[in-house]
Amino acid sequence: MNKLAIKWTIVIIAIFGAVALLYPSYEWYSKTTAEREKLEASGDRPKRILNLGLDLRGGSSLLLELDVSKLTGNESLNESMQRAIEIVRNRIDQYGVGEIPITRQGEKWISVQLPGIANPEQAEALIGKTAMLEFRIVKTDNEAQETINKLMELDNPFNPDGTLTEQAAALVPAGLTVMKDKQGFMVPLTDTAAVTGADLEDARVSTGEYGYPAVSFQLNGDGAKKFGNLTSANMKKDLAIILDNTVQSHPTIQARISNSGQITGRFTMEEARQLAIVLRAGALPAPVNIIEKRTIGPGLGEDSIKSGVKASIIAFIFIVVFMSIYYRFSGIIASVALVLNLLFLLALMAYFSATLTLPGIAGIILSLAMAVDANVLILERMREEKDKGQPLPLVIKEGYAKAWSAIFDSNLTTWIASLLLFQFGTGPVKGFALTLTLGLFVGVFTSVFVTRAIYDLILTANPKEISI
Amino acid sequence: MSYFRIFPKTNTDFIGLRKVFFIISGILMLASLTSVIFKGMNYGIDFTGGTVMQVQFQDTMDIQNIRTALTDSGIKADIQTFVGRNAFAIKVKGSQDNVNEVARNIEAALQKTNVPFNVEQTDFVGPTVGSHLAKKAVMAFVLAMAAMVIYIGFRFQNIIWGAMAVAALFHDVFLTIGVFSFLQLEVDLVIVAALLTIAGFSVNGTIVIFDRVRENIGLHPKWTIKELLNASINETLSRTIITSFTVIVATAIIYFIGGAVLKNFSFAILVGLTSGAYTTMVLVPGLVYQWTKGGNYSIGLASDESANKASGNEPRPSVKAEGEKQSSYKRKPRRNKNKQNN
Repeated sequence: MNKLAIKWTIVIIAIFGAVALLYPSYEWYSKTTAEREKLEASGDRPKRILNLGLDLRGGSSLLLELDVSKLTGNESLNESMQRAIEIVRNRIDQYGVGEIPITRQGEKWISVQLPGIANPEQAEALIGKTAMLEFRIVKTDNEAQETINKLMELDNPFNPDGTLTEQAAALVPAGLTVMKDKQGFMVPLTDTAAVTGADLEDARVSTGEYGYPAVSFQLNGDGAKKFGNLTSANMKKDLAIILDNTVQSHPTIQARISNSGQITGRFTMEEARQLAIVLRAGALPAPVNIIEKRTIGPGLGEDSIKSGVKASIIAFIFIVVFMSIYYRFSGIIASVALVLNLLFLLALMAYFSATLTLPGIAGIILSLAMAVDANVLILERMREEKDKGQPLPLVIKEGYAKAWSAIFDSNLTTWIASLLLFQFGTGPVKGFALTLTLGLFVGVFTSVFVTRAIYDLILTANPKEISI
Repeated sequence: MSYFRIFPKTNTDFIGLRKVFFIISGILMLASLTSVIFKGMNYGIDFTGGTVMQVQFQDTMDIQNIRTALTDSGIKADIQTFVGRNAFAIKVKGSQDNVNEVARNIEAALQKTNVPFNVEQTDFVGPTVGSHLAKKAVMAFVLAMAAMVIYIGFRFQNIIWGAMAVAALFHDVFLTIGVFSFLQLEVDLVIVAALLTIAGFSVNGTIVIFDRVRENIGLHPKWTIKELLNASINETLSRTIITSFTVIVATAIIYFIGGAVLKNFSFAILVGLTSGAYTTMVLVPGLVYQWTKGGNYSIGLASDESANKASGNEPRPSVKAEGEKQSSYKRKPRRNKNKQNN
């Protein structure tokens, strides 16, 4: 293959790759809001799509601070934070709004993004609660089955915090209680918890039968006694592991367990890890306080997106038209590169499941501005060469060669700066740096490599002149 | 073959005019500083902490009624009007520990106006968050600047170039800050992102000029630094104008029709990019000249006095072509009849 063919292979692969990467996002955002919500709730939201920040689509974002001064025990800060995040996630999941990004920020902060929730006070109340880990036995007798059937007829037997509503509780006989599991199914349980999180000492991922990941746990002295009694009395029954009124899993008791045991099931590694965290989780390691809360009504988010997108499209069209008028045919080539630039950048962002926020848009603007500049640099150089009366192939060759050092240095300088901003910045600075880091990379590729490939292809036809 | 040119080939003695630009920039910087000191900045709750609630009333509402309702409930707030939308932003700055308290009080007070309203947006920022974010942003910014100075210094063989690039960047960023102070526009975290954009664009422009100087040193070893700088400015002038024009108009479009959320943000970029075009074209080369004339000339550059001595017998470090990519045009000084020297 000659050089030109290799170049074009790369360009074409990049275009197809970008379209393939963007297709899931396109499909997702062409659905109606209701459809999206349904899919989100069932956890079927595609992973690698472009996300919109809450500043652009409405919703609530909370920043929580772990009160580290009240940390006790010998856990490191990292472990405490990991536990706190897992507990917060468990609680928010009960709210039933699908995938909620919950991330650690800085040392002791947890960011919770609640999309589409205009009134997040209920979610806030859930976060503030104390965690409760319990072990109960799953009931399978007729009475339990009948109770479930009765409850099924109710609209929703559960309060947001996982407890039964008054109406539902009235239908449940003494000695029995009902909780939901993670899929929302009802599980009949004994009404007392023989063993609680207070009895647990540790839980770790281990390997169970047939090599499946499992979770091993240790109980303290008191807990071991209670657990021994519970398990020997309920052999072959299901033991429900409950966190904050939600059944996490209910493995079958295979043997008497006293000071330690293993929970098996066909867990994936990730599931086992999460279960271990949940088991270790128990109560929050220290209280969490809400230190920042931003709520944007969905209408406002939509409005700002609409006018922002409209303005961006008009600005983009202006650049394309201006370049094409000013540099004629070469300007059209540069415009093609700009369109591809945007396409590739969005595709990369979708691939990294990046979230587009206002500061992120700033990063895109800067990277696009620098891509325009790279094109202008090359075209101005070409004009200079043309003025000297050089033949066309040389005009193009020299134009690129001479513009390259400026393009290289300015992009690399900005790239170094944006990497540092990404590394050390938080929040909006990070959002800015992410799109800029990707954008510069894509910008150099499209405005130098892709445009050059186009010129090289045109040159094979031996044209006398290309308008610059 | 004629091109569509906005600006014809120029041959202006920009370096000769440098003092004019120094004075202009000096005045601008001084004005910015004065405004920042005496008028101060209008920091948003991102930095001060506090609560902002944006509400839209379903009927016409007078700002005075809102003010009275709030004062009656003992709430001290700034109120901002959104023209034509019947919407208001009510802002209570300062340390607030309880996340919903102020928001609830505002809502309760507004209900007393007896005009139905929607809460469009509520922001609460606790006292520790703002200062932390600001600190982190400044630290990241300083580190990024330091890295740029080092890289430019390395690429252009002298730290002066890096320092001048950062001086230009500082000029553009500080002027924007000054304008925001003077107009008392609110500075929030999104404006920080805008300032970063300005910084990036400023360095980009400066490097283009430096790159041209670096190239011209190789082509014309006997030129004085003044000739080199002037030729480099004039040769890159059309690029600077075209790029700046394109980007500034695009930003202006976003400013005018991009909606309220993007308004301050695009305004900051507009100011910064305009300043950036100016510093790139005339201020930075003038500063470099002033510096080198003072005797601190760079390794790669000949100062006026030493131009004849250093007539380019040995290869100059700063003319080195970098990497393989460039070796193709590590040239052979080209004969260039129509190039203008002053």
